Amino acid sequence: MADVSLHNVAKSFGATEILRDIDLSVADGEFVVFVGPSGCGKSTLLRIIAGLETVSGGEIRIDSRRVNELPPADRKIAMVFQSYALYPHMNVYKNMAFGLKFAKTNKAEVDRRVRQAAEILKLTPLLDRKPRELSGGQRQRVAIGRAIVRNPSVFLFDEPLSNLDAALRVNTRLEIAKLHRDLGATMIYVTHDQVEAMTLASKIVVMNHGRIEQVGAPLELYRHPGNLFVAGFIGSPRMNFIKGQVLRLEGGSATLGFAGTEAVVTVRAGALAPGDPVTVGIRPEHMEQGGADAAPLRGTIDAIEQLGESSYVYMRLASGDDVIVRAPGETDATPGGAYTAHVPARALHVFDASGVSVLAGRG
Amino acid sequence: MGPTIRPGRIAVHVALILYTILALGPILLILVNAFKTRRAIFADPLGLPNGQTFTTIGFDRVFANADFGLYFFNSLTVTLVSLVLIVLIGAMAAWALTEYKFTGNTLIALYLAVGIMVPIRLGSVSILRMMVELNLVNTLTALILVYVAQGLPLAILILGEFIQQIPKDLRDAARCDGVSEYRIFASIILPLISPAIATVAVFTMVPVWNDLWFPLILAPGDGKQTITLGVQQFIGQYVTDWNAVLASLTLAIAPVLVLYLLFSRYLVRGLTAGAVK
Repeated sequence: MADVSLHNVAKSFGATEILRDIDLSVADGEFVVFVGPSGCGKSTLLRIIAGLETVSGGEIRIDSRRVNELPPADRKIAMVFQSYALYPHMNVYKNMAFGLKFAKTNKAEVDRRVRQAAEILKLTPLLDRKPRELSGGQRQRVAIGRAIVRNPSVFLFDEPLSNLDAALRVNTRLEIAKLHRDLGATMIYVTHDQVEAMTLASKIVVMNHGRIEQVGAPLELYRHPGNLFVAGFIGSPRMNFIKGQVLRLEGGSATLGFAGTEAVVTVRAGALAPGDPVTVGIRPEHMEQGGADAAPLRGTIDAIEQLGESSYVYMRLASGDDVIVRAPGETDATPGGAYTAHVPARALHVFDASGVSVLAGRG
Repeated sequence: MGPTIRPGRIAVHVALILYTILALGPILLILVNAFKTRRAIFADPLGLPNGQTFTTIGFDRVFANADFGLYFFNSLTVTLVSLVLIVLIGAMAAWALTEYKFTGNTLIALYLAVGIMVPIRLGSVSILRMMVELNLVNTLTALILVYVAQGLPLAILILGEFIQQIPKDLRDAARCDGVSEYRIFASIILPLISPAIATVAVFTMVPVWNDLWFPLILAPGDGKQTITLGVQQFIGQYVTDWNAVLASLTLAIAPVLVLYLLFSRYLVRGLTAGAVK
């Protein structure tokens, strides 16, 4: 088992900078998820750790050993690809045993490891099948099995669930989580799906435009997003953003005006000045009906989505901002009607003009 | 209701059937006439052999000629050795050119593309001079060298296309598995491009087997003649032994046909079914 650390890692293809200033440490046994929109460099970063791409600068250490110059096979990693990348002309058994054959592992040991991995992944009855005779979920399990038999220090997953259908995705997600508990191995997982990130990770790394935006535990990122990007990326439906302004500032208390209402929040000293523009963020699920200390947001309803246990109300405020509110499942609101949602001050997120969170004790 | 037949489909089939007749006609003619008496060949070239006209005299004369087996063996050696070399070197070169980035990569690819466009026979005189210098005249090696050079450019082009279609993840997965580059080539790339190799084999084999030009100028004697040259001995300036010519041509068709049937099994097989979704 091993820890992974990245120092100042940078990567460019020609003049195009893909990654810059990547500093990250992954502790032994951690489940780290790289999440971000497509093109943010998360897959490239994973391939750099795997050794499939070279870096333009910086250092990669696995198990405190510099691995920049090592080929993938010598890094004690195993990678699971989005496309599964099973060898099409070999059966399941050979697919899993293929790598071991060249690692000078003796036959009995190879057989033991393959059968053990097959047992864990419920692949035993499929060992003689070719990949084309397997379903998507089974192929994915073979790909994971191929990683397990290598007994790696670090597992690398590159969007392993994105080719599966919704039901299978939930299932496989749970299996991967269980696998992590059982093996206790370090795992690094790339996805663009924030739900996968939230449910699997012990630590999430949010990436955007080749940079790390924020690193933290799932709930920490949910509660205290450090900037607008993370606030918008983590959480579903995404956080509502409303343009506002600092009205008054007394000590650490800032009175913010937004969408025709006011709220008082505690901000970091010196982060804001009266008159500064701010962006106020509020999650749909944190809006309330009524509430004494809550700021009211009034508007008209554009649409309602009823999901059963809750409803999402899409409304347009008088200020022109569109917001989504999570309302109880049975609501008497109708499109076109007036609606008032209340925003408790404790649930507010506040970002300055550059998009950085200014709340005290956060970010 | 059966499926509707579109006029376009009929036209395509008519064209294909006509082409098949055109291509198979001469071969059938050779086969049919090889078993007829000389008189019958000229009297009724299109007729099937019957009780009166059937004869195997042509084959008897061919087999009576001791050298014929040798020519046959020469042709087979030249074709098979060229084939193996073209496929092996071609696949390795195609893999290197598509997989690795190195200086001169594009230049080499362009150089090979020129090889497809310029017929090698234009260089016959220089090739002959070179073979004389190298003391390779009247050897099978001379022929093999020329055929390998002739076949490589197209082989590399076709195999390169196929290698490019193999998902990159497969090679990366193998690299993560600790498989060496040679092993990746041998255990993953080669099996996956076997349909392409069969295609290349068929494309290279037939012109090599049928070639008359280079055997005539590079290896016309010393018992190094190929079968196409061997047939020529029955064609004289004044008298042509048509029975023997047709019989030897019939025999010459057989090996290519066998090789073709062997390779065609792979021609239509799916390339990477099941590798990736």
